[in-house]
Amino acid sequence: MKEFKTITEISGPLVFVETEEPIGYDEMVEIETPNGDVRRGQVLESTSDFVAVQVFEGTSGIDRQSSVRFLGETLKMPVTEDLLGRVLDGSGRPIDGGPEIVPDERRDIVGAAINPTAREYPEEFIQTGVSSIDGMNTLVRGQKLPIFSASGLPHNDLALQVARQATVPEDVAEDGEGESEFAVVFGAMGITAEEANEFMDDFERTGALERSVVFTNLADDPAVERTVTPRMALTTAEYLAFDKGYHVLVILTDMTNYCEALREIGAAREEVPGRRGYPGYMYTDLATIYERAGRIEGREGSVTQIPILTMPGDDDTHPIPDLTGYITEGQIMMDRDLNSQGYQPPVNVLPSLSRLMDDGIGEGLTRSDHAGVSDQLYAAYAEGEDLRDLVNIVGREALDERDNRYLDFAERFEKEFVDQGFHTDRSIEDTLDVAWDLLSMFPKSELNRVDEEEIEKYYEEDESETVEATAD
Amino acid sequence: MSQAQDIDIDDADGVIESVSGPVVVATDLGARMNDVVYVGDEGLMGEVIEIEGNLTTIQVYEETSAVSPGEPVLNTGEPLSVDLGPGMLDTIYDGVQRPLDVLEEQMGAFLDRGVDAPGIDLEKEWEFTPEVAVGDELEAGDVVGTVPETESIDHKVMVPPDFAGGEVESVEEGSFTVTEAVVTLDSGEEITMRQEWPVRKSRPTVDKQTPTTPLVSGQRILDGLFPLAKGGTAAIPGPFGSGKTVTQQSLAKFADADIVVYIGCGERGNEMTEVIEDFPELPDPQTGNPLMSRTCLIANTSNMPVAARESCVYTGITIAEHYRDMGYDVALMADSTSRWAEAMREISSRLEEMPGEEGYPAYLAARLSGFYERAGYFENMNGTEGSISVIGAVSPPGGDFSEPVTQNTLRIVKTFWALDADLAERRHFPAINWNESYSLYREQLDPWFVDNIDDDWADTRQWAVDTLDEEGELQEIVQLVGKDALPEDQQLTLEVARYLREAWLQQNAFHDEDRYCPPEKTFLMLTAIKTFNDEGFEALDAGVPVPEITSVEAAPKLNRMGTASDYEEYIADLKEELTAQLRDLY
Repeated sequence: MKEFKTITEISGPLVFVETEEPIGYDEMVEIETPNGDVRRGQVLESTSDFVAVQVFEGTSGIDRQSSVRFLGETLKMPVTEDLLGRVLDGSGRPIDGGPEIVPDERRDIVGAAINPTAREYPEEFIQTGVSSIDGMNTLVRGQKLPIFSASGLPHNDLALQVARQATVPEDVAEDGEGESEFAVVFGAMGITAEEANEFMDDFERTGALERSVVFTNLADDPAVERTVTPRMALTTAEYLAFDKGYHVLVILTDMTNYCEALREIGAAREEVPGRRGYPGYMYTDLATIYERAGRIEGREGSVTQIPILTMPGDDDTHPIPDLTGYITEGQIMMDRDLNSQGYQPPVNVLPSLSRLMDDGIGEGLTRSDHAGVSDQLYAAYAEGEDLRDLVNIVGREALDERDNRYLDFAERFEKEFVDQGFHTDRSIEDTLDVAWDLLSMFPKSELNRVDEEEIEKYYEEDESETVEATAD
Repeated sequence: MSQAQDIDIDDADGVIESVSGPVVVATDLGARMNDVVYVGDEGLMGEVIEIEGNLTTIQVYEETSAVSPGEPVLNTGEPLSVDLGPGMLDTIYDGVQRPLDVLEEQMGAFLDRGVDAPGIDLEKEWEFTPEVAVGDELEAGDVVGTVPETESIDHKVMVPPDFAGGEVESVEEGSFTVTEAVVTLDSGEEITMRQEWPVRKSRPTVDKQTPTTPLVSGQRILDGLFPLAKGGTAAIPGPFGSGKTVTQQSLAKFADADIVVYIGCGERGNEMTEVIEDFPELPDPQTGNPLMSRTCLIANTSNMPVAARESCVYTGITIAEHYRDMGYDVALMADSTSRWAEAMREISSRLEEMPGEEGYPAYLAARLSGFYERAGYFENMNGTEGSISVIGAVSPPGGDFSEPVTQNTLRIVKTFWALDADLAERRHFPAINWNESYSLYREQLDPWFVDNIDDDWADTRQWAVDTLDEEGELQEIVQLVGKDALPEDQQLTLEVARYLREAWLQQNAFHDEDRYCPPEKTFLMLTAIKTFNDEGFEALDAGVPVPEITSVEAAPKLNRMGTASDYEEYIADLKEELTAQLRDLY
């Protein structure tokens, strides 16, 4: 260990230290303030004369006489199966009053990239029990599917619903008999204590905590620590998945706070900023988080990620959602209008997307009509949405019968398909049945996205209407 | 690069001065610009990108965690090069041409660092058949023999472009490794199956010609409305989720190129895995052999080191040029060039260069145009003709096409396929906006389509374009007053345009029949819709009301033309039915 008392400059979260010996890039640092506090940090730049250190717990109280110790290794996460059921702070130290963690191994939190040839393409359907996800934006094992939300929307309820209900139907699971173990790794970055309690209460109530590892960096915890929290969480997840065979669902919330922390460090280092002051390397940086989802050939487990981010100003072109969307395999979009109408979950399916859906659904995985039904729902709902604008101008009377039917469809789609409530668990069969119930509003010839055989099989001939007509 | 095996870090040339992410500064290195160096105790591969006094700045192609000042730097004295020779097809490389399957054998599922492997297998023996005899005069670029590289492709062994040439002194035949000489010249030059070429320098040719044949893509909207020429350049910009990758992959699968080089630059790992898993199983529509037998993949996913992302497009295009030299038509897909530009920006900002627009370096435009200019239809040094078509995906932030990468790309490329988030949202795929897209090759390529497909190709295409244009204008009015307020002929036009959009422009990339549409079928489908149009307007003139015309029983069948298994028969029957039913109305 090398120790110096040669701090030359302290600026925001950064401390510059003159060193006589070479220090490795990314190395861990401990700084002891005059009153005995120990702060942890990491080397951001290393030259032969000085070293720039980023301090996780904030620099207040550090003075030029503080002693700086270089630990000679990069930041590591102690991993063990015993982490399940534990609550840790944003730097991976237990805060639940439980016993010390005895690690099996200490792993570098940066994590190496998975070789694309070693990956296994994700195609195992995860049933979340949420129609707007299962039916139209299907999640599969090893996918990274973020929730794009905004302040004041119930994204946490949706994330909890998914964590609670997610299962893999037996005939889809490749593992066969031995029930594959399921675990949740929860990484909270800069969320309020109240939000954290909401998650913890739900985990405790449903007994999910036993199979969860919780990392919490709260809103009043040091911002810089947020840059390591997701990496700690993912290192743990990778260990559980690829070494211990768990199917791990990683929930990261809120990625917006993570990016703010990144910007703060960038600004302190006086870097040339990219869009809206965020660092130019934010794409690369986010990729090193999101890309740590997937499956590996020949290994049991999987890492599936559901990062949550709140879009500043509900703007999906803001750099955070924008860069995220370019890396992740789709997105689930929460919608303020649907929310104010009381729909639960308020998922707007039109801008939502799951890129891995096509290979995870269909015969033998979900049902043979799934792809066609989904496309048809999209096309019909989009058309209905368009007509709503028109109705505002010309009124409903000016529309022909076909258009009116699409308007009714859009209405019923939101009420019956999307608005299922946060505590309803629908199987994929149920979801598709609701869909057919809706699609049967249209004459068969309108259903041009669905195979003719499927129409014959599932189309519900609407007898009630003819009955009503005669009754009138 | 394959010099890595015999590196002795003790004879280091320089010493590390500072480390910041992928940028390392060394002293006393004495290297030239763009030389490849090995950095630190672990020998991480890097490239010299700036020299200032005694300080040499290096971009490192691997993670630099724990590298510290004082560690040694070794100069190879060579620029960043690729190995060219048989074995590049059916292979997947990272951004500096290290075969990923070899890396997996060496270090497991996760990419570690400090490991190197030659771009082509130096041990494997290939069957060489000479095409020259002792006494022949050879010049640089000439073909000396062939090697069966894959089921589809014969690899031609050529005299390297920088050789002087001369009279053949000896010729071998049979099995050899790529490092053994197969032909020797009286100049003392030995020709092996392997060449090395620096990636940032284009391989020489005799002449660049005007392209006149289309790169048939099997995508209706592309072949029909916005065709790309063999040797042409195209850009696909679009916001996330609009289908750039699906379009690129469809092109890689179905384009009638001899060779496909697919560069996944800073994109998703799972996407590359999909290609790796799918391509060996899918048949090439031209030859019936597995697609991989004509494909070279370069994967530098978004979490792999950023500097290698910068180099991967050059690695790809150099490999493409090598096959072009053999006289092949090569299609190169780069997905996405924005990630490449961002890698430039990231490196540039670490060098503290003065930024240009939106933080991109001032040389962005020059680098982009330098890359796209390596595409073209060429006359090669050995007299053959070959082409490289470049299709670059662009990922504009926020889907805003006014950003620098899109704009600088559009100034160079001649085909623009604009992807549209709105179309993607309603699952209209490929989500290519027909109003915004263009192809400057259209006129140039029309003679080919007229000669090879149908005399009416150009006229029918023009009819489709006009109808879609008219619909665009009418839709604006409809948004204000509703459809019923339009005169009857315009209502019918809207209905025809709807079939153009839904039955013709839309194409299901996941349907076995529909995913590949030969130009003959593209044309036939269009004529069927035109039949509906022509007969429909006849009926309208005869006084039949529009709802009756649009609700003829056969009309919805237009939507199923794409997926019909025997399309010729289906379309012929459909045309007859349409004509008969519409004529019955009056």
